[in-house]
Amino acid sequence: MSPLLEMRGISKGFPGVRALDKVDLSLDKGEVLALVGENGAGKSTLMNILGGIYQPDSGSVFVDGKETSIDGVEAAIDLGIAFIHQELNVVDNLDVAANIFLGREPRIKPFGLVDRKKIHADAEPYINRLGLDIPSDTRLDKLSVAYQQMVEIAKALSLNARIIIMDEPTSSLTLTETKRLLELVKELREQGVSIIYISHRLGEVDEIADRALVLRDGKNAGELKREKISHDNLVNLMVGRDIDSFYVESKIAEAPGHFQARGLRSNRYPDQEVSFDASKGEILGFAGLVGAGRSEIAKALVRLDTTSDARIRIDGNEISVNTPKDAINNGIYLVPEDRRAEGLVTAMSIRENITLPDLDNYAKWGLINTEQERTATTEQVAKLKVKTPNNETLVQNLSGGNQQKVVLAKWLSMKPKVMILDEPTRGIDVGSKAEFYHLMRDLADQGEVIIMISSDMEEILHVCDRIAVMHEGRITGVLDREDFTETNIMQLAVGQNVAAAHPPF
Amino acid sequence: MKKELGIFGLLAVLCIVTAIINPRFISLANLTNTANLIGIYGIFSIGLGLVIITGGIDLSVGSMFALAGVILSIALREWELFWPLAALLVIALPMALGWVHGALVTKMRIQPFIVTLCGLLLYRGLARFIAGDNTKGFGNAEGFTTLKALASGKFLGLPMPFVILIVVSIIMWFVLHRSVYGRYLFAVGRNEQATRFSGINTKRVIASSYILAGLLTGIASILLAFYTNSISPSTHGNFYELYAIAAAVLGGCSLRGGEGSIIGILIGTALLQVLQNLVNLLGIPSSLNFAVMGAVVLLGVMADSFIGNRNQKKVA
Ligand SMILES: Nc1ncnc2c1ncn2[C@@H]1O[C@H](COP(=O)(O)OP(=O)(O)OP(=O)(O)O)[C@@H](O)[C@H]1O
Ligand SMILES: [Mg+2]
Repeated sequence: MSPLLEMRGISKGFPGVRALDKVDLSLDKGEVLALVGENGAGKSTLMNILGGIYQPDSGSVFVDGKETSIDGVEAAIDLGIAFIHQELNVVDNLDVAANIFLGREPRIKPFGLVDRKKIHADAEPYINRLGLDIPSDTRLDKLSVAYQQMVEIAKALSLNARIIIMDEPTSSLTLTETKRLLELVKELREQGVSIIYISHRLGEVDEIADRALVLRDGKNAGELKREKISHDNLVNLMVGRDIDSFYVESKIAEAPGHFQARGLRSNRYPDQEVSFDASKGEILGFAGLVGAGRSEIAKALVRLDTTSDARIRIDGNEISVNTPKDAINNGIYLVPEDRRAEGLVTAMSIRENITLPDLDNYAKWGLINTEQERTATTEQVAKLKVKTPNNETLVQNLSGGNQQKVVLAKWLSMKPKVMILDEPTRGIDVGSKAEFYHLMRDLADQGEVIIMISSDMEEILHVCDRIAVMHEGRITGVLDREDFTETNIMQLAVGQNVAAAHPPF
Repeated sequence: MKKELGIFGLLAVLCIVTAIINPRFISLANLTNTANLIGIYGIFSIGLGLVIITGGIDLSVGSMFALAGVILSIALREWELFWPLAALLVIALPMALGWVHGALVTKMRIQPFIVTLCGLLLYRGLARFIAGDNTKGFGNAEGFTTLKALASGKFLGLPMPFVILIVVSIIMWFVLHRSVYGRYLFAVGRNEQATRFSGINTKRVIASSYILAGLLTGIASILLAFYTNSISPSTHGNFYELYAIAAAVLGGCSLRGGEGSIIGILIGTALLQVLQNLVNLLGIPSSLNFAVMGAVVLLGVMADSFIGNRNQKKVA
């Protein structure tokens, strides 16, 4: 019997890049196929071809053994292929139901008006199936990224697809939601749906994949059967070598109370005050469920949220931060969570993005010294191994993980005192993650304070020196390294007490 | 750059065709007059272009011309102000109005279209009221011949407005394409949020673009007043903002913000002026003036999006 889907010899080039080079892929009915590879390996491009967004330069696609050309998104949907993109594609001024049924709204005859009752009734089962506790008339801009992501998944479900492509679906989900999603993937498999699952979280791949297909530099690098899938084997195929110690040993932090934040409040939880201390040279993690108010506190620190008059002290000196620029001038940087909306001007080049927050330093009498910009960019691009034809490439043409690296490069190119990273490794491949953790540790060892918000449990448990856990806008406890356990964090995250936890200052 | 090349080609073709059909096009008198007009229109089109690059719009330019023109005449002839003061006043006024527009847009978060639409109505009404709906002029420019010469004289055989445009263009080219501020203008137009997250006071950047546009509008208003030499407050400067928007869009500015160039705006302006000239010279009924211009702008933008789509296909 022929497989449900076969892609043969797919090649695709972009100006200056050969994104795919004769790639083969096959997928059986009811199979979960993991697609893994480093940033820029060509995973999203391959799926964009399957989803009808790009046309391959050469190669062919077979569905049910018949050669098919997928010349548009509609064609893909007609073939029963649903695509959940790496970057969110929601209309955020519409509600949940409207997003799920966008373009397929139930109508009331004879005028073709949208049947509002039916659309909400129809949406309900999909929302419940994902375990979302939100009404179907919630506008998307009221939801966190994680929930928006779940709405995209609900939309794919509603298409009754035979093949669902999930491009890094968990990169913005926390532990609970990730678990829920993995359960769902298993349920779908039981029901005979085939799934192509892209993720940089190899633990997930290990858990659900029936088979893993590895891409490297746009070529097939190998395939692993269910029983052969393991972290080490995957990494080996992805990067062609072993990665040295994935996590970095934490050094004892010095000078407790070096950084003090008092009276932080956010728009979202105006009644909750958050205060905390961090030591010089420490990596302080912030854990919590989605919506716990971690990003909001980060924004309050750099005055992107002006609800509170926070008091900040560094090294005993009170510093006044009234605008985001003040924060930057005092060496307090926020690397924001949402790279496309907050982190990058995607229609600008890598160079222009990297120098944006510090442009005055590249200028004399208000005129920019492009040469200096180029030098700095080249250095950062090399340091973070951004995969790009050159520095002038528009950020929107980079792969997701490489865009994230540009966000990091942008802030690392300046000299921070306090660096707040909000989900810094979202979408970054294992190899680059390891390098990035080294980089963070180096910065900390130079006496900087690193505050890292992360929903990746593995990451937060291994990288941080202490972890502050938040629940509904307040810090429920701070854990020292010897008390780092998943259970401790989860308990604090739902607002329960944990004996080992300390107050935040 | 490619964008500008395309429209420059169009401009060149248009010039050649007109010159062949009617050689008077390349007569010194006609070229001088066209250069004069390109000078005046170019200056305020650049201003409006800056606003468009930040993702805004200014519809009030034409009415500002009427208001500034009326006040210039009154200041010089009735109050008999020392001419540099009068000129300063007339430049400061649109800047102040631009400041108000910028504040309304950034502080009160009113959409630029609405703010400046209200400006369009407001300033026109004010101009007519102040002038008592009478036409204002400059007589024989007694006491301010220097200003008149600066605004409508010649320098090295070139009309002053054209000379001023060259200077303004060079300065604004550096501002827009080489300076930190210019980079911020583009960044704000493309993604205000990410720019704000980079520690840039985006409100100030946006607001300042309206003030800068006001400055250029102010300069142009003096040149225009002396060009027409009489200001009838109900029609002076009518629709001029639309010429500027058309020029900017033809020159590659996107009304979505974040795109555009000084060179493009200049070529766009020149194209529109040559087009007007062509309508005159070719004996096309002047009632068709707007129709011709509308059609050409539409064609230009269509060609641009056609070329753009083709390039994109190649990428995808
Ligand atoms: N529209 C485009 N224009 C130019 N280059 C592109 C475009 N889309 C992708 N590329 C390039 O193609 C290569 C493969 O990109 P792709 O997005 O498929 O990577 P990926 O495997 O999904 O990576 P990631 O894990 O970072 O998401 C990259 O080098 C990228 O820069
Ligand atoms: Mg990708």
